Amino acid sequence: MSRQDGLSTAAAPPPVAVEPMQQAAASPAGGAWLAAEQIERQYDAPSANDAPPTRALASTSLRVDAGEFVCVVGPSGCGKTTLLRILGGLLRPTRGQVIFKGKLLTGPQQEIGYVFQHANLMPWRTVLRNVALPLELQHRPAEEIQARAQAVLKLVGLQGFEHSYPRQLSGGMAQRAALARTLVHAPELLLLDEPFGALDAITRERMNLELLGIRQAYACTAIMVTHSISEAVFLADRVLVMSQRPGRIVAQIAVPLPSPRTLELMGAADFASLTSEVRRAIDRQQA
Amino acid sequence: MWTAKRMPKMTAEAPLPGAKASTRRLKLEWLLAPLMLALAILLWDALVRWQQYPSFILPAPALVARKFATVLRDGSLWYHTQLTLLEIFAGMGLGLSCALVLGYFLAKSRRMERLLSPYLVAAQAVPIIALAPLLVIWIRSPGLSKVLIVALTIFFAALINTIVGIRSVQPDLVSLMHSLQASRWQILTKLEIPAAMPVLLGGLKIGVTLAVIGAVVAEFVGADRGLGYLINLARGILDTPLLFVALATLIIIAVLLYAVVSLLEHKLLAWQRIQ
Repeated sequence: MSRQDGLSTAAAPPPVAVEPMQQAAASPAGGAWLAAEQIERQYDAPSANDAPPTRALASTSLRVDAGEFVCVVGPSGCGKTTLLRILGGLLRPTRGQVIFKGKLLTGPQQEIGYVFQHANLMPWRTVLRNVALPLELQHRPAEEIQARAQAVLKLVGLQGFEHSYPRQLSGGMAQRAALARTLVHAPELLLLDEPFGALDAITRERMNLELLGIRQAYACTAIMVTHSISEAVFLADRVLVMSQRPGRIVAQIAVPLPSPRTLELMGAADFASLTSEVRRAIDRQQA
Repeated sequence: MWTAKRMPKMTAEAPLPGAKASTRRLKLEWLLAPLMLALAILLWDALVRWQQYPSFILPAPALVARKFATVLRDGSLWYHTQLTLLEIFAGMGLGLSCALVLGYFLAKSRRMERLLSPYLVAAQAVPIIALAPLLVIWIRSPGLSKVLIVALTIFFAALINTIVGIRSVQPDLVSLMHSLQASRWQILTKLEIPAAMPVLLGGLKIGVTLAVIGAVVAEFVGADRGLGYLINLARGILDTPLLFVALATLIIIAVLLYAVVSLLEHKLLAWQRIQ
């Protein structure tokens, strides 16, 4: 893995006092890089009966600055994926709006890359051709596609597996390929929906470490949904805590840990106090 | 859909010795089919000799073979086969293209499916053999009516397979294509068609055999040429060896068409055999 340690001198975000966020205190998105303003989402009942629509996401606002790594944690079924899909333009909010780089988000953007919960590779394409798909859809020249796909496969440590098929990969390798496919078109915003949820603990830690390196190499902003508290604290500059369904953001906790993070960090006292901070915020919700 | 279906025959074997063993087994399998055929012909011959059947009830294999050689040499077999083949291909072309287009839209719209499916099922419930005389009356061109009958015979199977195939596309892959801003056309060509291919090819396998049946049905109803006509003619003049020749030709056509589709499957779905 190419972790570019020289890039890691960016100052850690200043420690911010931990406080429950004011619900729906949406100020206009004055200049925020990415801002969700009081977004809500309901799902209609499957059959058009009298059944009331399900509220997946209650009025939620959030702002993300360029270069930030934000993790969203919360109980399962709380609308984390719904929130992420709305931010990615894959789902329209029932109410509210998303402003991305000063413009109203109306659909998927080339600058936004989405990594799904499952690797979601096409089984009939080789790893290389799976990774090349985004560029192929943009009608890039073949040599460029080849070069960029090879480069990104090397970055995620999959060189030598270009001509393998997805069914030949382990879960971790498949998720690396999925990550490579998202990175190949160099998105500015990386949205990750529990990408390592199905992996074993050891692979997961290694993937986390590599993800930090990759994010630095690409200098992209990232929002990741997870239900692992330690994963969230390890990766994020800021952790958002969501309530149970209908989900809303109930707390945000800044993570002022030093920047080139290593796995040893997880044994540090700061790390432990931050994870218990997050856990308390979640528990407050469930009580 | 594709993961569960059609797993390769060589499972759980070490790569090198396994590959060797499976090629040996493959050779054996190739030998098995002709051996069975030879055995069946021998039994048939023994039966005729033992029971002393007259040739208009059950001709001996040698007699059928002689007849085969005669009609092959004088060109009359090819004369009839040609037309039947044409009807099969034209009918399949028409039936498949209608089923693919309609099936795609029905797969996409539950409402349209609910609206049309009772009529489609009703049309399928009417036996094609009962419908064929009507089509022959309604359609002036004898060629067109036969093509239409073949098309109708395969239509339903092809339609259902198209619907199942298109619906087997994983929703998350559709989301992925949306997130990559793929156009409708790109979603069709790069996702839906390849994802539906295993099911579509399965449907085509059924379709080719049905098409042969359809062509014979069409020729039974009214024709002056074709293998179906030849069967009718042979029955009329009690030339049972000729009837056997026509039947054998139909079987050969069906087996060859099936083999072509299998070969296509082998080429297109090579990724399914990867371990």
